[in-house]
Amino acid sequence: MAGQLFKVILLILVTAILGGCSGQNPSSTIDNKEKIQVGLVFDIGGLGDKSFNDQAYTGLKKAAAEYSLEMGKDIEYLEPAEAADRETALRQMASKKKALIFGIGFIFSEDVNRVAKDFPETKFACVDYVSPANEADIPPNVVGLKYKEEEGAFLVGALASLVTKTNKIGFVGGMQSPLIKKFEAGYKAGAHYANPKCVVIANYAGMTPDAFKNPSKGKELALSIYDKGADIIFHASGSTGLGVFEAARDKKKLAIGVDADQYDEAPGYILTSMIKKVDVSVFEEVKAVHDNNFANGIRVFDLASGGIDYIYNDKNKNLITEDTHQKIEAIRQKIINGEIKVPSSLD
Amino acid sequence: MNEFVIELKNLSKSFGNVRANDDITLSIRKGEIMALVGENGAGKTTLMKLLFGLLRPDSGDILIHGNKVSPKSPADTISLGIGMVHQHFMLVPPFTVTENVILGTEPRQYRIFINEKTSRESLKKVSDHYGFNLDPQARIETLGVGVEQRVEIIKTLYRKASILILDEPTAVLTPQETDELFDMLRQFRSEGKTLLFISHKLDEVLAISDRITVMRAGKITGQLDTPQTNKEEIARLMVGRDVILRVSKEKAQPGDSVLEIKNLYIRNSRKQEAVRGISLHLCEGEILGIAGVEGNGQTELAEALTGLRPILKGEVLLKGILINKQSTRQRFDSGLAHIPEDRLQRGLITEFTLQENLMLGRHQHPSFQSHGFQNRENIHKESTRLVEEYDIRPTELNRLGRQFSGGNQQKIIVARELAKNPVCLVAVQPTRGVDIGAIEFIHRQMIAARNKGVGVLLISADLSEILSLSDRIAVIYNGEIMGLLEASEADERKLGLMMTGTRLAESA
Amino acid sequence: MAILVSLIIGGIFILSIGKNPFEIYALLFKGTFGTSYDIGQVLFKATPLIFTGLSVAFAFRAGLFNIGAEGQLYMGAMLATLAGIWIPARFPSLPSLIVVTVCIFAGFIGGGCWGIIPGWLKARFGVHEVINTIMMNFIAYGLTNYLVLEVFSVPETIHTPEIGLSARIPRFDALLGIFRGSPVNISLLIAISFAVLAWVILTRTRLGYEIRAVGLNPKAAEYAGIPVAKTMTLAFFIAGGLAGVAGSNFVQGFKYYYEDGFAAGAGFMGIAVALVARNNPMGILFSALLFGTLSQGGLAINTQVPKELVEILEAVVILAMVVMTELFNRWIIKQKNLS
Repeated sequence: MAGQLFKVILLILVTAILGGCSGQNPSSTIDNKEKIQVGLVFDIGGLGDKSFNDQAYTGLKKAAAEYSLEMGKDIEYLEPAEAADRETALRQMASKKKALIFGIGFIFSEDVNRVAKDFPETKFACVDYVSPANEADIPPNVVGLKYKEEEGAFLVGALASLVTKTNKIGFVGGMQSPLIKKFEAGYKAGAHYANPKCVVIANYAGMTPDAFKNPSKGKELALSIYDKGADIIFHASGSTGLGVFEAARDKKKLAIGVDADQYDEAPGYILTSMIKKVDVSVFEEVKAVHDNNFANGIRVFDLASGGIDYIYNDKNKNLITEDTHQKIEAIRQKIINGEIKVPSSLD
Repeated sequence: MNEFVIELKNLSKSFGNVRANDDITLSIRKGEIMALVGENGAGKTTLMKLLFGLLRPDSGDILIHGNKVSPKSPADTISLGIGMVHQHFMLVPPFTVTENVILGTEPRQYRIFINEKTSRESLKKVSDHYGFNLDPQARIETLGVGVEQRVEIIKTLYRKASILILDEPTAVLTPQETDELFDMLRQFRSEGKTLLFISHKLDEVLAISDRITVMRAGKITGQLDTPQTNKEEIARLMVGRDVILRVSKEKAQPGDSVLEIKNLYIRNSRKQEAVRGISLHLCEGEILGIAGVEGNGQTELAEALTGLRPILKGEVLLKGILINKQSTRQRFDSGLAHIPEDRLQRGLITEFTLQENLMLGRHQHPSFQSHGFQNRENIHKESTRLVEEYDIRPTELNRLGRQFSGGNQQKIIVARELAKNPVCLVAVQPTRGVDIGAIEFIHRQMIAARNKGVGVLLISADLSEILSLSDRIAVIYNGEIMGLLEASEADERKLGLMMTGTRLAESA
Repeated sequence: MAILVSLIIGGIFILSIGKNPFEIYALLFKGTFGTSYDIGQVLFKATPLIFTGLSVAFAFRAGLFNIGAEGQLYMGAMLATLAGIWIPARFPSLPSLIVVTVCIFAGFIGGGCWGIIPGWLKARFGVHEVINTIMMNFIAYGLTNYLVLEVFSVPETIHTPEIGLSARIPRFDALLGIFRGSPVNISLLIAISFAVLAWVILTRTRLGYEIRAVGLNPKAAEYAGIPVAKTMTLAFFIAGGLAGVAGSNFVQGFKYYYEDGFAAGAGFMGIAVALVARNNPMGILFSALLFGTLSQGGLAINTQVPKELVEILEAVVILAMVVMTELFNRWIIKQKNLS
């Protein structure tokens, strides 16, 4: 009985596989020849973070629309399940003869370097890239995308210090790490630059990567900062920041978003968002490879290039006076032409 | 009164090549107590499972009240008015008596809530009718074995059973509890209930039953009217040959003292003093029987002697050496052997093979391992030798412990313990729940060990065992020794008095 | 049969997102056994699962449920990494064979000591080992996380410095030129030899006899003079040690550093590996291979199927395997009883 069933199922399977293979494959390989092939690897649990991983995905979709590429064929992405899979996933993409492969997150830096050496024909790009000790060691087919988050943080810090009525503003960081300290440093420097009397209260959600996904901890921190008299809090803490927004709503105070425009997370309570246009840089790299002008090395996205910015639009206009807006725009100019040197660390 | 309530016609059931039940035809009248006797493996259990719907017959018919039935599950049989009291109770220890009795047939209120009040009341009614004296609120785990059994019985009555099957109901009971049970069974009979009583204690069978059916090797070998038969006849039908029920043995030649117990106090698991000031001594080449109703400190005594339970106060000397603080292993090494009370809990590892079980406690001996690696050749040789010498069947060394009958399991333990060449053997209930053939065999082995000079401390609740094996007999009651007798001076009456708390001096 | 059932169930899921199941399965097969690189990947992923599976199985044979393989893995890997950094730096002339062995040993000790704690708590105070091991996992996460990020980290990374050259375990690729490109390494052979060793200990030694006796019936073991508490603790040490060596595959054979959280549940997967293999050390080699295949296959089809579905597919296969092995065993017992 079981044997009979087995045979029948096997027969169905075999015919179906054969049919499936012969029916599908030829058509899909022919017209892909001229189209640019792009691969992208997220970090563990990356996709769906409503922050820069999702923005990278937005960038891919933009590229897909621009060059009429098909998602899932010309453009493919992977979400590895464990640390060892990052390199494996990059290799898997490379062996599929992709022209350009993205690694999303600083954690890919070494993996990208390593795989790039074995696949010299393929171009690699890494978001938040950490360069090797010697920049000359960057492989010729790797571009590291870096962001001057401190410049954006400087601007929103200056803005907050001008908007505050208590001369106290706050900062909530995710995991205590050099990357997030960079935000804090820029934010503090900006606040002091625009309003020397302004005090910044900073706090972090934790020491582990989990500190980026702990909204209840975020709310707790934000409430205590508001209770100490601050009326604006800037967060750089992933989804932990959703807790910060909730605290702002409860206390009827203001908060500042990060990475993407987070106004819609708490309309009316988001003063602005400091944005890091990962979508732009992803699209730019696809464009560069498509146009055959890929350049290796470090590519910096900052205020000058528009890779870093803050939000000022119809939604939050009523929270920022025209005068303040003008002052911030002036500071932006000074940073771009080098008059203001923004620190990237706290000391 | 001649109506047959149960009729089994040409019932057969095979497992592979083994015919567990071969053409069984049996009729039971309303209001009689039918005893079913046979050695372990004779097919009694299979027959009960067929009747109770746990197994399906290969051929043959079952008729209940004259109607042909084919029970597919215990629920079917229960609805036919058949109740079964298992040898191993099917109770949930943390539940109360009421909860256990109504389990599966809970009266519902608003479909969800259990109507405990109603059930408690109807339970109380049944209980009082039979003079059960049960507290419906008591938790099972706090009750004694005898009471637990009553709960099992009341469970069947609660379900309106008119036919009761009792599987070895007296195996766990004291003589007094057995008497009470028998009174109860007689009351059931007078109310017209039909009872099927499974046992291999022939005295009890003769005392309680109206008729006796004897089974051997899957067949019925005899149907007897109780008043017209005797032990010897039943035993012959069970075993297929004449059985010596009293073991013949020469007079003991006691030598030096091997085990001395001085003013011993032991606590039980509930931290109560279970043994209070026992002093005894045991010599080489004698069997000292300790009689007593179960639960009077015997378990604690045996465990303390073998190092499984700490000694509160007093001294234990093995061959003159104080062993109070020695580990179980050290005591084994100094020549102590132990046939434990519960062969499935302590004596055997049911998932170990025969060969592995024969090594339990001997596995660290240099002949069976060196540098931590087992000496498989010696183990195999020794196991083969023991299987042959002790007639353990089947003889497959790789058969799992649980796949052996109770008698053979007990033989495995006896073989292993005697193979240690002990100077002192502590044997606790060595033949409980074992068939006659195995009892006879184990008794002969213990006498042989005695004759070789082993000092045997026999702890048993079975008076006939104590009387037939012991050279001296002590009786334990409530953790104290009531008296010590030469076997020749002892009889059931004297022992019985001491077992219920009368000191020897008072009784004499 | 088990695989077939799970393929059919999985197929329904795939159909539900509008993809052709047969195409996905073909992709899965190609991604696992298509090239020697893919086979190497499968073996690479199976390697740590052999260790953790053995760990769980070994404890289980002593009647203990080791949920702590994950933490033991981290502690072992951490100690092995530190040994791998320190020894080559201090004794540069020491031959690789010795350094590698010492590092493996360090991993065993690290994991073993982490295993001893719940074992001892269980034996001494009767605290249930499931709770103990879970708590020990949290402590291990926190501790290794702190060590990696605060004490030993390379700036702007979440990993330690690299271990010395002599502490590295060679890859088959470098050694024999097989499984080209895949990081599968000699750790696999170490894992297999540990499986054989575990089997020998369990079935051929006095210790194994005592461990099994304690596992099957502690009361009978006590009766037989076996020191139950000591045996439990020892069994937990060995179980922890086996899990502790699992990190060698990643640390010594692949990346040459300890990265925070690299194991990603290999310790927990070990429970499933051991269950499917019914705690038989030899069976674990095969069930680890199956799980390795699933893991690698999951990555291969991830471009076509969202990760969540990949995880569902994996879980379905595991469930089907467990149920099927159970049914198969029952069938075997039934056949045996009949004959």
